[in-house]
Amino acid sequence: MASGVKPRVKVPRSAAAGEAITIKTLISHKMESGQRKDSDGNVIPRSIINRFTADFNGQNVVDITIEPAVSTNPYFQFEAVVPEAGEFVFTWYDDDGSVYETKKSITIA
Amino acid sequence: MTLKALMLGCAAAAMATVAFADEDAVLSIEGETMVTQAAAPAHMENVDTVYSGWTFRTPETQALQLDDFDNPAFVFVDQALELYETADGTAGKSCMDCHANVADFAGLKTSLPRVEDGELVTMTNLVNECRTERMGAEPWKYSGGQMSAMTALLAHQSRGMPMDVTIDGDAAPFWEKGKELYYTRVGQLDMSCSNCHEDNYGVMIRADHLSQGQINGFPTYRLKNAKINTTHGRFKGCMKNIRATPFKEGSPEFKALELYVASRSTGLSVESPSVRN
Repeated sequence: MASGVKPRVKVPRSAAAGEAITIKTLISHKMESGQRKDSDGNVIPRSIINRFTADFNGQNVVDITIEPAVSTNPYFQFEAVVPEAGEFVFTWYDDDGSVYETKKSITIA
Repeated sequence: MTLKALMLGCAAAAMATVAFADEDAVLSIEGETMVTQAAAPAHMENVDTVYSGWTFRTPETQALQLDDFDNPAFVFVDQALELYETADGTAGKSCMDCHANVADFAGLKTSLPRVEDGELVTMTNLVNECRTERMGAEPWKYSGGQMSAMTALLAHQSRGMPMDVTIDGDAAPFWEKGKELYYTRVGQLDMSCSNCHEDNYGVMIRADHLSQGQINGFPTYRLKNAKINTTHGRFKGCMKNIRATPFKEGSPEFKALELYVASRSTGLSVESPSVRN
């Protein structure tokens, strides 16, 4: 598991039914590209977040494939329509097999 | 109007609009309005108004600072909060054991650097003093990752408060030394701080607006290196740019300069951790 990885998500606590809300996500992660060499000249193996998904009540909202060119601490902002109260599940998949997950509940105002 | 007069008119208009993208832009972070321009303190003879570095940045960079979630510096502030709660050193103590609430550091940044027992101390000195004297831990590198994150966390507690360092009494000789450094030309390009940050702020330098070199937003996240930058690190960068040999981070010279530059920021809100390019 890479060190210093911490997912952060900003979702409004409540929204009107059918309203499109803005969701901001950021995960602190080195995003080692696999192109760099260490001081001994050995290639540092690639270690990036390769996939990010957001689901709402079991239904997929976004599914993103991430390539090595994406910078450190990848940030995603997107809009989602909230038809009912429920829970967002955000998942980041690491090259080393780690999976980071964060959940946020939202209510209907 | 003759062509020549027209061209002169254009030149005058261009001169008048050198300063900012939007001079009246208001910096409101999480609903709290920051003072980004203020009447210059009395000791500044050549400047009428002091402007936060935020006012010189592009709208895109400015926007990053409006929301703490968008501000990438908070990744480091969060890391520092973990360090704050983690015990280190032979005494087995964390910062938290003595300073239960990090919010108690509100106001610290506004008064630093300050004189203690005849010596000028910065926030970094205070943190390392705690680490070596009371925690029995190794001191952190002056502008290292842990130290810059920790100072960002501590400075953040003062956000919104006006900068107000003491420059008289014990501090006067340090302040005078800092002022002298500020106005002394050095390096192959033979430039002083004032040549850019006093005589030419608002003017383009390559693709970028020169700021007044205010440090009310430090430690700051810079987009160019994607990490927290300290005042001494920035001083060093400036000195390299003018082809001078930089002083060491934490040196008496840079500490005196930090005091003088902080006194030029008097009245501006602390924005730490700010976002700059």
